[in-house]
Amino acid sequence: MSTHSVKGPSGISLGGLIRRPETGSLIGLIVVYVFFAALGGKVFMGAPGWSSWLNIAAEVGIIALPVGLLMISGEFDISVGSVVPASSMTTAMLSGHFELPALIGIMGGLSVGLLIGFLNGLIVTRTTIPSLIATIGTMFAVMGLTLGFAVLIKGSTSVSYVPDATTKALLGTFINGMFNVSIFWWLGFVAIFYYVLHISPLGSWIFALGGDKESARNAGIPTAKVTIGLFMASGFAAACVGVGQVMTYQTAQVAGGQAFIFNSIMCVVIGGVLLTGGAGSIIGIVLGTMTFAVVNQGIFFAALDPNIGSIIIGALLLAAVLSNDTFRTLALNYSPKKK
Amino acid sequence: MSDNTPVIELRNVDKSFGPIDVLHEISLKVGAGEVLCLLGDNGAGKSTLIKTLAGVHAPTRGEILVDGEPVSFSGPRDAQERGIATVHQFGGTYPLMSIGRNFFMGVEPTKGFGPFKIFDRAKANKIAVEEVQKMGITRITDGDRLVGGLSGGERQSLAIARAVYFGARVLILDEPTAALGVKQAAHVLRIVNEAKKRGLAVIFITHQVMHAMAVGDHFAVLIRGAIAADFRKGEKSREEIADLMAGGESMADLEASIEGYMETHDGHPPKVGQEASA
Repeated sequence: MSTHSVKGPSGISLGGLIRRPETGSLIGLIVVYVFFAALGGKVFMGAPGWSSWLNIAAEVGIIALPVGLLMISGEFDISVGSVVPASSMTTAMLSGHFELPALIGIMGGLSVGLLIGFLNGLIVTRTTIPSLIATIGTMFAVMGLTLGFAVLIKGSTSVSYVPDATTKALLGTFINGMFNVSIFWWLGFVAIFYYVLHISPLGSWIFALGGDKESARNAGIPTAKVTIGLFMASGFAAACVGVGQVMTYQTAQVAGGQAFIFNSIMCVVIGGVLLTGGAGSIIGIVLGTMTFAVVNQGIFFAALDPNIGSIIIGALLLAAVLSNDTFRTLALNYSPKKK
Repeated sequence: MSDNTPVIELRNVDKSFGPIDVLHEISLKVGAGEVLCLLGDNGAGKSTLIKTLAGVHAPTRGEILVDGEPVSFSGPRDAQERGIATVHQFGGTYPLMSIGRNFFMGVEPTKGFGPFKIFDRAKANKIAVEEVQKMGITRITDGDRLVGGLSGGERQSLAIARAVYFGARVLILDEPTAALGVKQAAHVLRIVNEAKKRGLAVIFITHQVMHAMAVGDHFAVLIRGAIAADFRKGEKSREEIADLMAGGESMADLEASIEGYMETHDGHPPKVGQEASA
């Protein structure tokens, strides 16, 4: 070692904690939770409360993770809103209507997600269409195709499917009658995405893409491949949620899923991801998702008017972006103490 | 200068985008431990020339030689592997990422096995800080610091240190001093000299004649995509170079036109004082 000091894995200190970009999201979550716990009382703090908001968090959270990664890399994915119903419809159609084995239905549903993601990635990397517009386009196209095929094959906009016991247990059961198994899937996704963004070298590339795409390309990073890969990840994640919904509710609807578009972006932004790319973290996205879910469900427990809930979510979003900017400035100005 | 084979050489390189010719018959060579200053006004084709050297564009005609051997780059990465490193105006650094991660962008040190590669943060930070300090930036001591908190000169230095560390033999600096203050620019120029001492071939692109004169051994002036002048250190004065860059329109002519303006405007100079140009 030379004379200068190089910090190892940083210890926990108050100063260090304040400079973490996630601090804003953590404070937001605590404030929101305390607020609804005070209004919602014991029920909200007990298992019913936890299960209800965790179930919501898991569904949105699985999609928010790749959407967050895409945002860090400077892209949006709106198409998740129609990938969810498209994949659940595919699964229900294959396994329910055509009575193929569950595995084939699931694979079919997931491939729909991967394929749409691949198309999004291809459009965004090969043309100059901004991802926001490109994925709005694919969202409408997929929505139309889903409706068209459903009516053509089944003659109805909903298809039912009763999964076998094992599939149901793995993908769509409620543990204790309350906690959806998807919560564990969400945790799995969190672990994988944490590895990708913060541990593997790929993470640096994703940040670099959002920071400065031109420089990233000059540094020899295969920018197109990374972008396409991220879009496929988000298609896949949305498809997982779609497949999970069939297994849980035993029916696939053509509509529904639109809520995921704004909700996933909101979770990500509340979680401190920079809308223009280049900054963000998995822990932040998870905290943002939890905050969103607590507000979303807390309203029912607190017996508040749902409109008030919308106001709270809106205000929260603005407050989150403001506080994230503040914490980011703190992080930028951070310099080690003179030794 | 050494009469050895130049590290990089361009022979009659043309580059056109469709019907638009951007570069005409560019011939250049740079040897080891030599600084070539490429001067040119905005729009002279400097960026295109850099991109051609860096492997972003392939030349339409002509050839690029590395160590005397003709090469064609398949992309920026290929050029980098042959030791051609480009540092762009804003350093090619990512403000919201740490120094360690910036330093190793695209070539991350990893530990672990098989597909489970782990970015070796401690190692990256240690090497990054050491290399930057070797370049004379002693203010940087923590590899976890975000690059956005550094000054423009420090960011440039980080990018140059990075290129040197990764075995660059040709260092292309795209306007490294353009956005910097006097002190910061001096800092970057010192680092250019340091790179030169280490035996790198440096191509220094600028439109600031003073900066070019401070470090250059060899100068080429680019006008409308062609080399208008090619000379060695001490062969031309600062005024002559500035005139060349302005496209042959000499500063003296410019002064005359300003005086003409004053005559017709009751002695008022056009905004800028006459003293400044006299």
